[in-house]
Amino acid sequence: MTQLRQIAATIVATLREIFDESAYSRFLARHEVSSSSGAYAAFLREQETSKARRPKCC
Amino acid sequence: MKNSIRILIWLVVAVLGALALGTIALHRGEEINAMWLVVAAFSAYALGYRFYSKFISAKVLALDAQRATPAERLEDGRDFVPTNKWVLFGHHFAAIAGPGPLVGPVLAAQFGYLPGTLWILIGAVFGGCVQDFVILLFSVRRDGKSLTEMARDEIGIVGGFVAYTAVISIIVILLGVASLVVVNALKASPWGVFTIAMTIPIALLMGLYLRRLRPGKVLEVSALGFILVMLAIWGGQYVSQTPAVAPWFTLTAPALAIIIIIYGFAASALPVWLLLAPRDYLSTFVKLGTIGLLALGIIALRPTLHMPALTRFVDGSGPIFAGKVFPFAFITIACGAISGFHALISSGTTPKLIRRETETRLVGYGAMMAESMVAIMATIAACVLQPGTYFAINSPAGIVGQAPEAAVATISGWGFPVTAATMHSLAQAVGEQSLFNRTGGAPAFAVGMAHIFSSSLGGQAVMALWYHFAIMFEALFILTVLDAGTRVGRFMVQDALSHVWKPLGRTGWYPSILATSALIVAAWGSFLWQGVKDPLGGINSLWPLFGICNQLLAIVALCVATTIIIKMGKAKYSPVTLVALGWLVAVTFTASWHKIFDPNPRIGFLAHARQLASSAAPSHEISRLIFNDRLDAAVAGALVCMVALILLESISLWVSVISGRMQARVREAPFVATRFAAEEQG
Repeated sequence: MTQLRQIAATIVATLREIFDESAYSRFLARHEVSSSSGAYAAFLREQETSKARRPKCC
Repeated sequence: MKNSIRILIWLVVAVLGALALGTIALHRGEEINAMWLVVAAFSAYALGYRFYSKFISAKVLALDAQRATPAERLEDGRDFVPTNKWVLFGHHFAAIAGPGPLVGPVLAAQFGYLPGTLWILIGAVFGGCVQDFVILLFSVRRDGKSLTEMARDEIGIVGGFVAYTAVISIIVILLGVASLVVVNALKASPWGVFTIAMTIPIALLMGLYLRRLRPGKVLEVSALGFILVMLAIWGGQYVSQTPAVAPWFTLTAPALAIIIIIYGFAASALPVWLLLAPRDYLSTFVKLGTIGLLALGIIALRPTLHMPALTRFVDGSGPIFAGKVFPFAFITIACGAISGFHALISSGTTPKLIRRETETRLVGYGAMMAESMVAIMATIAACVLQPGTYFAINSPAGIVGQAPEAAVATISGWGFPVTAATMHSLAQAVGEQSLFNRTGGAPAFAVGMAHIFSSSLGGQAVMALWYHFAIMFEALFILTVLDAGTRVGRFMVQDALSHVWKPLGRTGWYPSILATSALIVAAWGSFLWQGVKDPLGGINSLWPLFGICNQLLAIVALCVATTIIIKMGKAKYSPVTLVALGWLVAVTFTASWHKIFDPNPRIGFLAHARQLASSAAPSHEISRLIFNDRLDAAVAGALVCMVALILLESISLWVSVISGRMQARVREAPFVATRFAAEEQG
């Protein structure tokens, strides 16, 4: 049961990383702010260049 | 005792793998079950990972569990973040898995299932996985430097310049070819066009939802977006059946090409949050779900492969693309076996997220194995179709004829019986007007996938829904590559132009954004337009060009890897990358030679130009086709010459280092002990 829970937690963590939810959490922690429309806009601005520079394979 | 059990288990895996490979390779004249491919793949990957990658880790790279990675040393919570190895595995896989491993194997199935399957397995275990692994590790040891930076530092200025040019070229050609696949999949398909058109407002809606309503809830909005896309697929059938609306979405190939070119420009110039990011999330959501579903479908259905092991087209006379099995099977399948593009990702985001040096093995070698498995699934999806059906879908009108009767007569004459009635009822079953001449690989993959899905879930009644789901999945996938690729290309051009005039490099300055976006879109748009106007369907000439480009980039990556291995004083282990490098040099240089100089007009660009010049009355259209042929020949020639330069520069460096004429100096970041090792022990 514990192992199953661990696997599920890893899958959720993977999805959160792929979908940038973890990156947003780190942004909030780094800037010590809570989630809001303004904070998300600032996060997106910070991400603008790095995300758009990430190549996607064929 | 434990050791004996372990040895026994690995012996069983090896015997199973040998049995499966033997069955795949030696069966002739009777159909085999797809599970043989699955078993062979799992055994090959398991053995490759357990033994070969371990050997590389221990002997060649000497992975150091005590050495801190850049994610730890330079941790900033933004670009450098120590990440759990399984999380990073998923992240890396999502970045490397694109439409390539789905389309390439479908096209290469014209040779039969055997050449493609063997190349995917052998190429991945000894080539692709090794390339991704070593480039990732070398980038980790250099603070996450990119492939082009490593080429410049370790080989020389020529190396850096060639790597940069190869990257830009491959992006441009990739985008041209990928968009051509979408055009061929959506032309004269109101259902498909409607579904894909709907993904744009859905993505915009997702962007606004994320920005205004529920900031940061990406998984939630992706699930909502997915439901909306499903509704669009379901609604598409009513659009296609409504005479008043269907014509709006029934588009010709040139019309679709123009729309995609405009879309590419808009996606590159708009803010990331509005279209690119939500579309990327939606596409990734659909991609991961569909790949998982396809794997389950294959295991549940265990379909029979109707395609023979080898077809008559190994002699080079194939209708989908001309050229013999060597070298063309090996450039047609790039992603899935070895892909130079992966080296960009292994030296991009991933090295900045690796927590421990020892984890590069799982992430680099392991994720490529998963990608290779996707290519095996695509091979299965293509080969479960009756060969006659497969060739009727994939052959261009210029080869088999425009009329259904002519096409089935030609294909049946090759020994692959098919009737117009069969094709008509199949088209009706998937909700299309016709499935003839749907070149590009995507429609054939969609029919195969719909066949697998509908056989295991929902029956024939939902075949049309599954087909359009598959088309949507591929088109969405490719359009995401188009969005991201155009933007990456734009940034690269801006970087280069900033050396000429500083303001051009400013990523927030709109005149520069518009000018560089237009430049990149015009470059890939011209290849797309060329493919649309080509009477042979474009894929025949452009897919091999893309394959050559991709594999030339792999040569650059392997040159960098071999150089570093030799500089590390481990020349005796250099065959680990040198063998794959030698093979790719043989494949790409031979393929390029054929594509430029082969006297057969179906293979050689120049021979085709000569044929057009001598056999047709001069017209604007003919002049354009001749120009295109010469341009393709020039692009292939220029790329080969540049890669030959980097190869020669590398060889000269290797000889100097091995003979002791030059003192080797690797440019690794200095050793810093990791805190994670102590934390784990404590």
